[in-house]
Amino acid sequence: MSGSKISSGGPGVSSSPSTIARPETSASLATSPNMNPRKLGTYTKNTWCPGCGNFSILSAMQTVLASMHDEDYPLENVVIVSGIGCHAKISDYLNVNSFYSIHGRTLPVATGIKLANPDLKVICFSGDGDSLAEGLDHLIFAAKRNLDITLILHDNRVYGLTTGQYTPTSPLGFKGKSTPMGTEELPMNPMELMLASGATYLARGYTHGIDLLRKLFRDAIMHKGFSFVDTLQVCVTYFNMYETYNERVYEVQGNDASSFDEAMKIARSWDYNNMEAPIPLGKFYDIDKPRFDQVFLGYELHPAGRDAKIREVLDSLI
Amino acid sequence: MDSFSALVGGIAGDGINEAGVTIGRILNQLGYRIYMYYDYPSLIRGGHNSSLVRASKNKIAAHGEMVDVLIALNQDTINIHEPRLKESSFIIYDQDKVNVEGLKQKGCGLPITSMLKEEGAPHIMRNSCMIGALCKVSGISWDVLELVLTKHVPKALELNLKVARKGYDSAVEFFKVDKLDQPPLPIVQGNQAIALGMIKAGLGAYVAYPMTPSSSLLDFIARAASDFNLKVVHPENEIAVVLMAQGFAYEGVKAVVGTSGGGFCLMTEGLSMAGQAEMPLVIMLGQRTGPSTGLPTYTAQSDLHFALNAGQGEFPRFIVAPGDAEEAYYWSGLAVNMAWKYQIPSIILSDKIVSEGVYSFDQAAAGEIKEEPVSLWTGEGKYNRYQYTKNGVSPLAFPPVKGQVVKVNSYCHDEYGVTTEDGKITSDMTDKRLLKERALAEEMAGHDTVKTYGQGRTALLCWGSNKGVCQEIGEKLGLKTIQVLVLSPFPVTKLCEALKGVGRVISVECNATGQLARLARCYGYRIDREVLKYNGRPFSLEDLEADLKKALSREVRA
Repeated sequence: MSGSKISSGGPGVSSSPSTIARPETSASLATSPNMNPRKLGTYTKNTWCPGCGNFSILSAMQTVLASMHDEDYPLENVVIVSGIGCHAKISDYLNVNSFYSIHGRTLPVATGIKLANPDLKVICFSGDGDSLAEGLDHLIFAAKRNLDITLILHDNRVYGLTTGQYTPTSPLGFKGKSTPMGTEELPMNPMELMLASGATYLARGYTHGIDLLRKLFRDAIMHKGFSFVDTLQVCVTYFNMYETYNERVYEVQGNDASSFDEAMKIARSWDYNNMEAPIPLGKFYDIDKPRFDQVFLGYELHPAGRDAKIREVLDSLI
Repeated sequence: MDSFSALVGGIAGDGINEAGVTIGRILNQLGYRIYMYYDYPSLIRGGHNSSLVRASKNKIAAHGEMVDVLIALNQDTINIHEPRLKESSFIIYDQDKVNVEGLKQKGCGLPITSMLKEEGAPHIMRNSCMIGALCKVSGISWDVLELVLTKHVPKALELNLKVARKGYDSAVEFFKVDKLDQPPLPIVQGNQAIALGMIKAGLGAYVAYPMTPSSSLLDFIARAASDFNLKVVHPENEIAVVLMAQGFAYEGVKAVVGTSGGGFCLMTEGLSMAGQAEMPLVIMLGQRTGPSTGLPTYTAQSDLHFALNAGQGEFPRFIVAPGDAEEAYYWSGLAVNMAWKYQIPSIILSDKIVSEGVYSFDQAAAGEIKEEPVSLWTGEGKYNRYQYTKNGVSPLAFPPVKGQVVKVNSYCHDEYGVTTEDGKITSDMTDKRLLKERALAEEMAGHDTVKTYGQGRTALLCWGSNKGVCQEIGEKLGLKTIQVLVLSPFPVTKLCEALKGVGRVISVECNATGQLARLARCYGYRIDREVLKYNGRPFSLEDLEADLKKALSREVRA
């Protein structure tokens, strides 16, 4: 099979200026030895706790990617970016292009990738501590820019890998290792925040509802613009919410997803604190808006002219 | 005369920087080599700004305290800069605003404010009027001034010319700046030279959050973006900046970021990620006076050890400190090439003087820089992002690659790029990264990583922007000047060669603790004296000469 297209300079090197030789893409993966869309796992041992909600997210994503492949979408065009935390191990478990970045920084990495190559599907996996605490600035700006990328929030409302501290979405009074007497701050409502910041696709899924999760992931990935899927992911070890969620969740039906006000109303109907309120799942918002990744489309590469242009600039400075 | 110096001063908003550059351009047309030091406080309107333009037959990169002509747009200029006046100096001033009573120097007062009013010209054009007068005073023909203004005044050219002519006609010739038999050169700000060198080496994207003295780099590249097909992004903060650049690099786009110390603090976690993930990354770090906010618009060389040690863990990095525009151009290009060749972070360690200083720029003398080839995957077998190789450099591939997966990882990882906590792989991968440092050091043996100027038993050891001042004063006092350009990997052999026959070493630095001296001592070199300046201002020729004489006399007594 053919690999990287080498432009010149012999095997292994390229002297082509500015952008380095890119390989051709193809929808046909049947003969690929290394990427099997039916089985997108790697050889790495999965170290999530038994019963962890992350398994549903991984499985849903595998199904979505396989279905994209079946529709002739080349999976080489998918890049996933993760932060640091339990969620981030998905980069090791999904055998697609990945950038396993650092805590809170999925979005700036993803932004660079998308701006460099707008043809890619860039999907971020991030935790609630990751995107809502350490990297909140990036989240707001990604929504503000309406860059065409997807962020799937593994919202387990607790820090798992550091063994159980409160996060921005933990309910008031949460007794974690850093707050043994219970938190004294109200949780943040990421849906409300994302709406206010300019996200153009908003949905909420639950890891005990894999069909809906698949539907929402796929929908979010296909959306043109910044899509945000808050995924209530249960951490069985440090914050087991299965029972509460199972009793409260419902899927929104018949809502007008183009209405900001309606989306805000749904977003506000559950504040991540009230344990009695029903918890809406499904698609809240879906609109079309100009995107940041369209900004650089007008530029053209003139590699041959670069030296001449430098001379022109220097002449203008004499 | 072989050299000439003028200072123009006024408040922020008077266009003092541009006025200085215009004077530089005029002298450039007469064949002089230019250096300009621009001094300004951190404010937008008011305060006191001054441009000190020095012109010489030979290439220069330092300023002197004394001036031949003082151009005063306000009284502060006289009051602050009076000590710069020689008996033979000449003063040009706005007589509507400035009182020169009691000064024994000759001068020429123009009723500039009223002259502008007559022409209906805006306040900012006082510069053109003054520069007109300067040309007359120094015997520069009107044609030269007309040529420079016509080429460089972006708007209201007619009115500018009219005002300049008025200034020219109102003054009298006092002395004559001779025309030299040398062609004019481009007059560039150091940051422009940095940008052009990076563009030459294949820059694809520039990502930055504004911070003095790197902001003008962002400014210049943003305006050049469409000409050179550059993607220029100004994100939410420097954390995003350094991560975004690595997103670009993942796709094979050569990205550079620019900042100063405070922004670099925020970049350190991303810098360390580039070390572990082996992402090519280029950082232009323009030093200014610290700690913390310090003096935002003044200079320092106090971030050398910060640049050397920033980021957790151990990983190779390339650090270069250019000392003038030619070096800024050449080494910035090379910094891009080295980052990509070895998949490491490169730091261009500039400062306020190199970044915002204005220089005559000789592209031919700077050295040829071109985009160097990158190690790319051949397409055979399975792709492993972190494949072990002889020199530690794994071939690159950029998604999409048909049938292949590219895994980049900030965790300890195996060759494929998935996380591992295996002890052997952890140390093997560390060794792999350190192999790259060795290869880089070997490659650097073929470059002028240490430069020497002049001869002498006593040597001045310097780096970055002190090159110019050390070179000139070294020559005057019969001292050898040794400039260390590459700070990492440290050029041990080259420095040994440079020190052959040298008995005493005096380090000259703009910091309070002698950071290069400390670094050299780590490698076993003896540094006898340190001449340090840390008030935010660069050494002038007079400063350094006096300080060195003091240091040398102490040496004799000892």
